[in-house]
Amino acid sequence: MAGRRGAERDSVSGVGIGLQLKVSRGDFTLECTLRLPAAGVTAVLGPSGSGKTTLLRVVAGLEYERDVFVSIGSTVWQEGRHFVPPHRRSVGMVFQEPSLFDHLTVRGNIEYGLKRVRKERRQVAFEQVVELAGVADLLRRKPQTLSGGERQRVAIARALAVSPRLLLMDEPLAAVDEPRRQELVPMIAAVQKALRIPVIYVTHATSEAAQLADHLVLLNRGRVVASGSINEMIGRLDLPLAQDRDAAAVVEARVCGYDPRYHLTELEFSGGRIMLVRQRLPAGESVRLRIAARDVSIALERPNASSILNVFPASVEALDEQEPGQVMVRLRAGQAAILARISRKSADQLQLVPGSSVFVQVKSMALVV
Amino acid sequence: MPSAADFEALVLTLRLALTTTVVLLVLGTPVAWWLAQTRWRFKFLLEAVIALPLVLPPTVLGFYLLMALGPQGPLGRLMNAIGGPSLAFSFTGLVIGSVIYSLPFVVQPLHNAFVALGRRPLEVAATLRASPWDRFFTVVVPMARPAFFTAVVLAFAHTIGEFGVVLMIGGNIPGETKVVSIAVYEHVEALEYAQAHWLSAGLLVFSLVLLAAVYAWNRRCAVMYP
Repeated sequence: MAGRRGAERDSVSGVGIGLQLKVSRGDFTLECTLRLPAAGVTAVLGPSGSGKTTLLRVVAGLEYERDVFVSIGSTVWQEGRHFVPPHRRSVGMVFQEPSLFDHLTVRGNIEYGLKRVRKERRQVAFEQVVELAGVADLLRRKPQTLSGGERQRVAIARALAVSPRLLLMDEPLAAVDEPRRQELVPMIAAVQKALRIPVIYVTHATSEAAQLADHLVLLNRGRVVASGSINEMIGRLDLPLAQDRDAAAVVEARVCGYDPRYHLTELEFSGGRIMLVRQRLPAGESVRLRIAARDVSIALERPNASSILNVFPASVEALDEQEPGQVMVRLRAGQAAILARISRKSADQLQLVPGSSVFVQVKSMALVV
Repeated sequence: MPSAADFEALVLTLRLALTTTVVLLVLGTPVAWWLAQTRWRFKFLLEAVIALPLVLPPTVLGFYLLMALGPQGPLGRLMNAIGGPSLAFSFTGLVIGSVIYSLPFVVQPLHNAFVALGRRPLEVAATLRASPWDRFFTVVVPMARPAFFTAVVLAFAHTIGEFGVVLMIGGNIPGETKVVSIAVYEHVEALEYAQAHWLSAGLLVFSLVLLAAVYAWNRRCAVMYP
C-alpha cells in the first residue's frame, strides 16, 4: 500500500486512534482519514445514513472490509490483509438496542465478558462497573423485566466489564425516553471520567455530543465535514452545529468557592466568575458548563439592577444570520467562546460588529460532570 | 404376554431412535447454522433437497436407499472397498435411512431459530471477547434451546414411527432391523392380535410418558407437528 494511502496512514498511526477507511455502502461511500485523541470522549455527529454506525462497526471489527486501517496507540487492528477479529480487539461496544442476553440474569450478562478477560488484564472490577452504572439493585433480574433505560445501563456496565482500551457507543440513548436520557448522559460522562477509557460516541443529537464530547467529528454522507476539539468546533458558525436549536457553548471552569447562605457554588473560568445555584462541589474540581445560546443576552453596559447573576465582559468575534431576523453571535470571554442567539434588530440596534466590547448575561447554564 | 422377541424389537426401536437423534444433532446443527448464515444464491436448492423427505412417500425413499446401500449401489460398493459390513438389511443401514428420513425435522426448526436469533447476539458476544465456538455454545445454543428441544423430540418420535423406509431396507431381521412398527405389522398379518396390542400399547404409553416429560421440562416450547 504505497503512495498516497501509505503516507496518510503514517500520519494517523502512532498515538491515539488512527483510522483510514473507504467502505462502500449502498448509495454512498464512507471515506475518511482521522486521528482521534487517546483520551476523553470523541463524538461522531451526523444525520442518519451518514455512515457513523459503519465507522464504529469497522473500528470494532464487525465489518470485514478491505480498504481499512485501524490502529490504537501502537497496536494495529487492521491493515491490508492483517485483520484482528472483534473478539481479540480490546473494545467494548454499546449498541443502540441494549441487546442483552435473555437467557442470563443482569449479573450473568455483566460477567459474560468479564470472565473472558484474563485476571491480570482486568482493569475494572465487577463492583466498580455495577456501581458506576447504577445497576446494583438489578443484578438478580432478567433482562425481559427491565425498562429501556435500565437495560441500557446494564449494556454499558457489560461493555465496561471487559476492561476495554476503547469504548464504542452507537447512539446508545436513541431508544431511551427523554427523562431517562437526562439521567444517562451524566452517568456516561462520570463513567468515562472515573475509568479513563477513551470513548467514541456516535449520535445524531447535537445536545448529547455537546454535553459529552472533548473532541468532535462531523460526518455527512460518508465524508468528514470537520474534526476538532469541542471548543474549536462549537464556535464555528459555518457548521450545522451552530444552526441547531440547542446550540450551546461549553466552558471549562474550576470550582473556587461556596456560599452556604445562598447555596451558590462559585466557579472561575478564563473570562471571569460564574455563580451557580447548586449543591456544594469539591473546591478545585474541574467541570464543564454548557451555556445554551438561547440563554445568553448581550448588553452594551453592565446592567446594575438585574436578577441575572452572571454578567461578564466579552468581545464580539463573529455574527451569522441563521434565519431571517435571527442572528448567532460568537463572543470571546477570556479564552472561552460563548454563543448568543439574538434578533437581528437587537444586533443592529446595539451596532454589534466583530470587535465590539460588550457584556454578556447568562440566564442559566447546565453543569456537565 | 409380550415375548422376548417383542422386547427385543422394543429395545431395538429405542436404540435406533436414540442413535438417529444423536447423529442428526451432530450433522443437522452445522447444516442449519450454515444455511442461516450463508448468502449463497442457490441456497434454495439445498433447502429443497433437505425438505424432500417431508414430501416423498417413505417407500420411494426406501427404494432409493436400497439401491444405494445394496452391493451394486454407490454406498454399498464403498463399504465393500474399505472392507466394511454390508449396509443393506443392517442396523447401520437403518440409521442411515432414518437420518435421511428425519433430516428436515431437525434442520428446519434449528434453521428457523438461528435465523430468528439474527446477528446481533453474536456481534455482542464477539465484542465481549467470545471466540466463534464460544459464541455458538454460550449464546446461540442457550437462546435456541426451544428449537433444539423441538428437533430432538421430532427426530426421536419420527424415527419410532418409521415404517415404510424400514420395510424397504430393513429386511425384518430380529435383533438387527426388526423394529416395533415392523413387528406389529407382522403380528397383525399373522392374526396375533394380543401380541400386536402389547407392542402397540407399550410403545404408545412409553412415547406419551416421554413426550409429557419433555414438554413439562421445556415449558417454553410450543411444538406444532406439521
